[in-house]
Amino acid sequence: MLEVKDLFVEVEGRSVLKGISLKIEQGKTYALLGPNASGKTSLLMSIIGMPQYRIISGRIIFQGKDITHLALNERARLGIGIMFQKPPQVRGVKLRKICDMLLPGGKKKKTEVFAQGLGLSEHLERDLNYGFSGGELKRSELFQLLCQNPELILLDEPESGVDLDNISLVGRTINELLHPDKNGNPSAIIVTHTGYILQYIQADKGYVLLNGKIICEGHPLDLFKGIKKHGYERCTECKLRQRLKPKRVKTK
Amino acid sequence: MQTETKAKAEASKDKIAKFGPDIDIAQFAEAQERRDISSLSALSPELLRAAQGVGIELKEEARAGTFVQLDHSVIYQRIKDSYAGQAEIMSITDALNKYPEIKKKYYWQAVSVDTDKYTSYAELNPMHGYFIRVFKGSKLKRPIQSCLLLQENQTLQNVHNIIVIEEGAEVQIITGCSIAPKVKQGLHIGISEFFQEKHSKLTFTMIHNWAGEFHVRPRSVAILEEGAIFTSNYILPRAARSIQMFPAAYLRGRNAVANFNSLLWGLGDSYIDVGSKIILEGDGSRGQVNARSICYDRSQIYARGILHAKHDNTRAHLDCRGILFSKEGKSFAIPELIADKAPGSTLSHEAAIGPINEEEIHYLMSRGLSRQAAIAMIVKGFEDVSILGLPPELETYVSRIMELTQKEAL
Repeated sequence: MLEVKDLFVEVEGRSVLKGISLKIEQGKTYALLGPNASGKTSLLMSIIGMPQYRIISGRIIFQGKDITHLALNERARLGIGIMFQKPPQVRGVKLRKICDMLLPGGKKKKTEVFAQGLGLSEHLERDLNYGFSGGELKRSELFQLLCQNPELILLDEPESGVDLDNISLVGRTINELLHPDKNGNPSAIIVTHTGYILQYIQADKGYVLLNGKIICEGHPLDLFKGIKKHGYERCTECKLRQRLKPKRVKTK
Repeated sequence: MQTETKAKAEASKDKIAKFGPDIDIAQFAEAQERRDISSLSALSPELLRAAQGVGIELKEEARAGTFVQLDHSVIYQRIKDSYAGQAEIMSITDALNKYPEIKKKYYWQAVSVDTDKYTSYAELNPMHGYFIRVFKGSKLKRPIQSCLLLQENQTLQNVHNIIVIEEGAEVQIITGCSIAPKVKQGLHIGISEFFQEKHSKLTFTMIHNWAGEFHVRPRSVAILEEGAIFTSNYILPRAARSIQMFPAAYLRGRNAVANFNSLLWGLGDSYIDVGSKIILEGDGSRGQVNARSICYDRSQIYARGILHAKHDNTRAHLDCRGILFSKEGKSFAIPELIADKAPGSTLSHEAAIGPINEEEIHYLMSRGLSRQAAIAMIVKGFEDVSILGLPPELETYVSRIMELTQKEAL
């Protein structure tokens, strides 16, 4: 589905990804763990093709096609969708307008169904993200993804800024996105700083990023358990051990 | 009284307006009087198109009444039979003859005759305009439309309008000002005085369509009694040489509300200086100003706003935003808040001029829109007609008019 090969990325001359390589399989969900500024969001932004993330070297292959230098909107059209951590407000553009654009002609009725499911019926006529609460922003992002129905879903910290009432709804909707009522589930990459969202979503594999590099991989819950107990500092030590014994990957 | 008004007008004949370029009125000729027409379809095809372009519905099916002035002649005035007894519409000249009390009660009672040389000219050279009155308690389901057309080049049109909405009455008025294609230069002076009695409601939507060498000087003031709601919408989708206006609403009664909304497109060499002023005098009165401007080419846009609180427990907000698309254009946002011996008043403003935010463009692109389509969507949203507070059918209508006119203009 997606292959990232030895990716080096800069933002305003600052190196943010330093040789990332990973493979995303069809229908699988991956968690990206790591402390602040470790490169998690940068990796998602590079995959979706945000222009300020300048690819220095490496390649991104999506469904067999090299999309390394493809425009942002072309990647979205190929089937990559993203849930932003802090989406911008777009005054004057109604939430309904985006969904009308994303949903194919025959499925316009789904707008109301999706909106109702996410408690956003009254937000359809409001300006996109304008005056939305933290929980409403997340639900708006998921609503747009439901309308877009992408093959690869990038979720950037879906639990941040969400209260306990909203987090189960967010988790349930992400599951709905990841396991639609049809054959062939989409793939997903979930960036999580706290790991709480993993209580609601079954992820198949986890990666730990540190300083723009993947330093560890394993089952996401095991990784998270270790991080919760020892913090990310231990991951550095683990990385050192990995260098000595590259085939034995453990966080404890 | 009349002599005093004339004397004031005489004394301000050369009074230069506070804002905008000074216009030599003498360079424009006065147009001739013409005959009445029996229906709007009797207008020439080019004038019909001009009227349609500013929101005038020629069949009048969805309108309660119509007034048309061509150059200096009132050629059509009609209130539909089904609305007889609910409202009246006629030329101001006829109204002053029919109801002599109007002169004392309304004429120059909201706008000061000595505001500047343009108000002075209007008094010294009166050339019609309309009188619209909606009677007490009447809630008109259909809008009233008025159209001020100019078909001779290098002439001036000078109108004085009075709008009276009696107690508890409600109406929408669409007024379109336009010119025939051959008109390149000219001057339009429009005096509009609004009087809203208790708990009345008026939405006044004005669409202008001028030419690149045309000057426009409207002078408007509204006076609101208790619980009255006044919404003034101004839409300028085409170029003009210069437009300068600063309409004001005096909220004299308790809980009166005024909203001024403007959507301005600066094209060519247009000099646009449009302000709105709300004076909060009544307890609990409220106001809102929304100004949106997009500056292209070598145009200059001044978006002004004054919120003046003279009473406690009043509230008003000004939202003034502009996009500058051209390196040769200039855009100004000038908000002014005055709390005048009213410490319990709350006045606020947001004023911003800037390019379209790249983050917003990228966000929409991440949903699959091309860069061009994303910018178009943001611009369209920026000039969102929903800020005008029109009923849905009228909103759709105005959107369509704007889209068509802008397409032609660009």
